[in-house]
This record gives sequence, structure tokens and C-alpha cells, in this order.
Amino acid sequence: MKLIDEEGRRLDGRRFDELRKIKIEAGVLHRAEGSCYLEWGGNKVVAAVYGPREAVPRHTQDPVKAVVNARYNMAAFSVDDRKKPGPDRRSREISKVTSEALERVIITDLFPRASIDVNIEILDAEAGTRCAGLTAAAVALADAGIPMRDIPVACAAGKIGAEVVDGEVKGGYVVLDLGKDEDNYGNADLPIAIAPRTDEILLLQMDGHLTYEEFEQALDLAMKGCHIVSKLQREALLNKYRPDLEENL
Amino acid sequence: MQARKIVLPGEFLGETRSLKAGRGTFIEHGKIYAMILGIFERRGKLVQVIPIKGRYEPVEGDFVIGIIEEAMPSSWLVDINAPYPALLHVSETPWDIEFGDTEKYLKTGDSIMAKVLFIDVEKKLQLTLNDRNLYRIRGGHIIEVEPSKVPRIIGKKGSMINLIKRYTRCRIIVGQNGRIWLDGDDKSIAKVLMAIKLIEEESVSYGLTNKVENLLKMMT
Repeated sequence: MKLIDEEGRRLDGRRFDELRKIKIEAGVLHRAEGSCYLEWGGNKVVAAVYGPREAVPRHTQDPVKAVVNARYNMAAFSVDDRKKPGPDRRSREISKVTSEALERVIITDLFPRASIDVNIEILDAEAGTRCAGLTAAAVALADAGIPMRDIPVACAAGKIGAEVVDGEVKGGYVVLDLGKDEDNYGNADLPIAIAPRTDEILLLQMDGHLTYEEFEQALDLAMKGCHIVSKLQREALLNKYRPDLEENL
Repeated sequence: MQARKIVLPGEFLGETRSLKAGRGTFIEHGKIYAMILGIFERRGKLVQVIPIKGRYEPVEGDFVIGIIEEAMPSSWLVDINAPYPALLHVSETPWDIEFGDTEKYLKTGDSIMAKVLFIDVEKKLQLTLNDRNLYRIRGGHIIEVEPSKVPRIIGKKGSMINLIKRYTRCRIIVGQNGRIWLDGDDKSIAKVLMAIKLIEEESVSYGLTNKVENLLKMMT
């Protein structure tokens, strides 16, 4: 399968440094303290935040700071073949890395013994759900009024279109935000999450192989992607709360 | 008048050299940033962020409306809408209670007007009923609003709440934790609810007292 042509056009017509279409809406659920609905290409994600509230069971409490529990869950109907409900190895891993990334920016020492619970539900999946999930979770946290040092944001870069000739990898392009086929048949995927104010890396995973130079290039590209998505996050939050301000001036 | 500005977590607000960091902000490398989503406010040198949403943050001496969660042999666990349940010990009540008899006085689901006695470093909360106007609530209704909107509902020196009371002849008591107790006939309660809804929706606008007065006049 040819994932990228000579002119640098990808399967869905994007250039190497273009993101899929992203739509973010803050505060969509009434029962949760904070929430967010996000569409990222074919991904559809809802994130809901509860807390800070006293952590139960008690042994999970930390006497000096709050614990952050992110729970990433894929709906049974989110993929082509029905996904068996319940946590599996993959979703456990994503829950863990997301929790740790969010914990870095949340000011947890304000709420000793408490837990901040983040539910990330993947309704529709099309590659890059962990980035979409973390991005939505960040907006939901801000919407819930949780104290944070920054609004984290995630985005992926990767490598596609390399050929193997006589056991040697030839060619290939480093591109931003892999789509479904690019993820499945590409060469490497590098999802990262950052705190955009300081460019601190909160999450970095890699699937596949990249040379050192390609890695640097991909990291750079993913950072740029993060900053674009970060703007959309801010807009979504402002759109939710600005209207009632302006109306009444 | 200057426009009120919404700020987001991590937004740069100023340098510590020239400004003082207030509530809802944090300092990093001599710079002040917003910690929460809220409305930016500057008073002289003090910069602060007023929350729009979020849980009630208990302060010692606050008057709150609590709901009993659990009765234990010598104390009760009370939900006051804070991140943590609060403890009410029998010694902090006006009654003389035998060990294990707590349920006879307050049982799960009962509501109380209470005061926050103290908070320790672990954020363990204690309430008291030993003060004027603190008692078990009988009758009336309790509604919940965002705790951040409580100052607007009370108004400057109680101007807003007194206005509503004057027009509706309801008995209204506002807890700092966003719970409001109402008592009166159905019609006047409906009026109060309309007024509070208006305050909640337009809490950031100027001249709100006049708007509420117009609404209440219209309904009478």
C-alpha cells in the first residue's frame, strides 16, 4: 500500500505536517464536575472529571497529595470487530500513562487524601485515541475548575512509506498525526503529551523504529502539532464561558 | 468599566516584582500564573482569579448547610459539598447525648446549619452546632448552586438576599458551601428560584441587583 506519494500527499490528502480535523466542546455533561467532547478525525471521545473527593478505598489515599485516577475505556462499538468490554492490557497501560501525565500538571498537594477521577470514553476509534483521550481529559479538568500548572495536550507524529530492500530500510517520511491506515501499515508512531507553556514532556511512547535523526524530526513535528491543538483547547474553554461575559458588558 | 477577562490554567498574569499573587494563582520563577479557570481580577497590586466552577473550599468559621451521611457512636459524618466529609462530634452539639445514642438526634439524611470549627493540615474538617442560629433543619427546601456564586447571591452586605426576601417574604438562609435553605409558600419559592437562576446565569454581569429587582417586580 502506498501511504504517501512523490508530491508528499497522504492517503486522505493531507501534507506531512497537517493534522486531521479537530472539534472540541467543553462542559457537555451535567452530572460530572467537568467534561469535554472531542472529535479528532474519526475519533470521538468523551471525558468526564469527578472530584477532588475523598479517595476510597482508604489505602489508596496519599496523606500529602491527591491521587489522579484516569480511566481509559473503549466502547464495545468503537472498533470494527466488537471490542470485548472491560479493561485489558492495552487500556490499563493507557490509563496509567495518562494518569501520570495529568498528575504532573495538576497541583495535587492542595487536596491531601483526595482523588481526582478522570473517565475517558472512546466512542469511536480511528488511530491516535490516547492522544485524543488525554487532550479531552485536559479540557475536562480545566472545565471542572481543578488547579493546574498548565493545560496538557497530546499529539503524535510517525514515519510512513519506507520500503525494505534486502533487509535494509529505505526512504520513508516523517509525518504528523497518523491516520488509521498510516498507523496500521506505517513504520513508526510517536505519541507525546506536553505542557505547552514550558514544553515539558509528560508522555512519550514509541511504536516501531526510527533513526536518531528521524526521532528528533518526529518529536519536533509532534511538538508543533501539540501547540496547534493547545490553541483549539483554549478556544473551546473560552467559547464555553466567554459568551455570558460579553452579553452582559 | 473594564471588561472582565476569563483566564485559563497556566495563563501568565504578571511578574512578582510588581504584583502580588492572590487566590487562584501560583508563582513559578518569579512569574505569576493562573491556577484555575476563572475571572481575572486586579485590585491595586493584588492579582487573583475568581473561580467559575469547582468544589466548595471550606474556611474556618464559614456557615454551611450540611447533610448527615452517617451516624457513628460519638460523632456524625456530614456532607458539606467539600472534597472531604466533615466530622461533627457530640461535644460540639447543644445536646447531652449518651454514647451510641447519636441516631436519636440526627440520622442519615437530616440537614443541619453548622459552622466550620477547624481544618487541619490533612484537611480533616470539624463542624460545630454550638453557636447562635445553628440547629437541625426542619421543613423547607434545600437547593444547591455553584459555591463560587454564593457571594453574588448574598450581594454587598446582604443587599441581594435582602432584596429577594423583601419581595417574596420567604425565609432564606444561604450556606457558604452553595446550599440554600428556603421556606415559604409554593408561589414565593418559585419566585426565589427564578431570581437565583437569574443570578447564577448572569453572575458576571454588572447591575445585577437591578435586574433581579425588575424580575421580582414583574412577578408580583
